[in-house]
Amino acid sequence: MKRGVDWRPYVAGALVGVLATVSVVVTTRVLGKTQFLGASTTFVRAAGFVEQAVDPEHVRQNPYFAKEKIRIDWQFMLIAGIFIGALAASILDGSFRLEAVPPIWRERFGDSVALRAVGAFLGGIVAMFGARLADGCPSGHGLSGLMQLSVSGFIALACFFGAGVLMAAWVYGGKGGRR
Amino acid sequence: MSEQWLGLITGILFGALLQQGRVLRFEKQVAAMRLEDMTILKFMMSAILVGMIGIQAAVDLKLAALNPKATQLGANLLGGILFGLGWAVMGFCPGTSVGAVAEGRWHAIFAILGMMTGAALYAEAYPRLEKTLLAWGNLGKITLPGVLGLSPWVVIPALAAVFLLCFVFFEKKGL
Repeated sequence: MKRGVDWRPYVAGALVGVLATVSVVVTTRVLGKTQFLGASTTFVRAAGFVEQAVDPEHVRQNPYFAKEKIRIDWQFMLIAGIFIGALAASILDGSFRLEAVPPIWRERFGDSVALRAVGAFLGGIVAMFGARLADGCPSGHGLSGLMQLSVSGFIALACFFGAGVLMAAWVYGGKGGRR
Repeated sequence: MSEQWLGLITGILFGALLQQGRVLRFEKQVAAMRLEDMTILKFMMSAILVGMIGIQAAVDLKLAALNPKATQLGANLLGGILFGLGWAVMGFCPGTSVGAVAEGRWHAIFAILGMMTGAALYAEAYPRLEKTLLAWGNLGKITLPGVLGLSPWVVIPALAAVFLLCFVFFEKKGL
């Protein structure tokens, strides 16, 4: 099996396709509102909850928070579920591992946890600003968009990967060699 | 059942599949962007392959309706590029960041905090963007079959063939 095909990503991916289909049918039937897999709007709601605790008036007056509605909705619970599912699966198959600095990052930037934290934080700011501007992330645009053959999904996914490839080459250096 | 319970159950299954597909990891996401390991693409394209057939069948059987996101050229292009730039440094996407923390890769917490900050900044910028960037090239909720004037059942097999050829290519190259 060493040189054979690793079927893992194909099988898990295909099952996500089944899950997306079942979810679309079930949410339409039970909720009367079709829900497609997505993630990034939940970050708007999470930010809204934090801001609400500090300055509720500001959140009330913001048209974007008003548009997305700050509440615990289907997608918010989907994200909570991802945490539970990933935790359970990684413990069950023994792949749970504490990691502060991933290997590719360490090779380029060293062991500093602080530097990794700053990179993840700043990258997160830029990525989420972009995801909200594009109106979706690799789940909403990539998976759900392409499953519906949406033109916006194809454009967004091409931009995600195109810019990602260029940025990765610049940040981590070209071909790092496959070790 | 409430929408919250349905979301939670779907999320648990989604999270377990993301974890078993090994796509939650920084290594896999960045390796895909360095064109060294296509695990992420194999996973996404397999999901799309099955999902596009399943969802279109559900639509034909009147069990669901499509709800594609609007195509706004300015916002999709610029937003997509910004996302890609941040993604390469962060090494997670919004959905996988939460799962990555769950499998012990706790540096993803900083990515989550960054993304919440980015969402808050976007909320502040939105009133100004609404009438400018977001209004540019707004083509509405268009789909590939609609634009091409073809049945989805012509587009789906064509796209499936492209995906399968990509899979063969990835495996041949050991990616």
